Amino acid sequence: MLKRRDVTAKLNDMRGESRIISGLGSSTYDLHSTGDTDHNFYLWGAMGGAAMVGLGVAMAQPDSNVIVLTGDGEMLMGIGSLATIGVQKPANLSVIVLDNGHFGETGMQASHTNSCVDLAKIAAASGFKRAETIETEQELERFLQLFQDASGPSFAAIKVEQEAPPRSLPILDGVELKNRFRRTFNLFPK
Amino acid sequence: MSHQNKEDKGAMLLPLLKEHGVDFLPFVPDAGHASLIELAFDDPHIQPVVLTTEEEGVALACGHWLGGKKSVLLMQSSGVGNTVNMLSLISNCNFPFVALVTMRGNFGEFNSWQVPMGRATPDVLTAMGIQVYVVERDDELPKAVDSALYSAFSSDQGVAVLLSQNLIGRKEW
Repeated sequence: MLKRRDVTAKLNDMRGESRIISGLGSSTYDLHSTGDTDHNFYLWGAMGGAAMVGLGVAMAQPDSNVIVLTGDGEMLMGIGSLATIGVQKPANLSVIVLDNGHFGETGMQASHTNSCVDLAKIAAASGFKRAETIETEQELERFLQLFQDASGPSFAAIKVEQEAPPRSLPILDGVELKNRFRRTFNLFPK
Repeated sequence: MSHQNKEDKGAMLLPLLKEHGVDFLPFVPDAGHASLIELAFDDPHIQPVVLTTEEEGVALACGHWLGGKKSVLLMQSSGVGNTVNMLSLISNCNFPFVALVTMRGNFGEFNSWQVPMGRATPDVLTAMGIQVYVVERDDELPKAVDSALYSAFSSDQGVAVLLSQNLIGRKEW
């Protein structure tokens, strides 16, 4: 089974100039563990909001690739976001869920995806151009080759092992995270 | 309140929003916002975005600002209850934020199920660090919206303009 830190490292290798928004908890630690950059906007809270923050950046900057990296629990809390993204259809947005079927930050309680809920099917039915569940190295490689070709929105639920790697913590200062991210678009200082 | 007045409200607000450079109007619909939403769909310079729940609009507005664009969230007071935890984004990161909130559950409300959230709306917003401007009369509305937009986007503040049921009229049953 794929491991979340390996997946995140591969994603980071392929990202180029892409902006990445990470959902609270493990996904934020995973993204930070690949190396900090102003092109990352880490959520430490606002559970359920990662996909919509990503949609906002993608709509505001249609010529930039935007990736949302989050977990199954965070995605489930904002599940309606998939419908909202499906309607807007931003070609430059990818939503990538590291799906371990559990709420990893709170004691590894089983989530809905551990039972019958299929996030990729929900994304496909919501109007994502590409939506898949990824379980193998080969499927991951193929997705990473294709997902930034500006024919999105694309979605991947990447099935990963149930594990809790050591935390890698970005700064907590939200104002600094905001300002430095805006600086990558020459938006700060105003 | 007549249908005509509701149409006037949209016609009054749209030019003001455009004057402030607002790019997006995320919304969960309300009859009190209907004319503004309809006019915005016909305007090439401002883009309405339909949401499934109001908290999406808070996160979306933050994303828009991260990418250099301005949003104004349209919702009714019941939706304010859905936004509470997402509003932590505004206070943690000092995002500029403007919401236009049509009130239910006050003057002349028939549906008593709207009353609890209507009563709690100003307190909930205030508790989350959002400034509240209450508008009771038509002629106060442009100044309140203009001030909210100016404060939010000039100095990263969060402001909600509450449009009283006194202003938007009661829903007829």
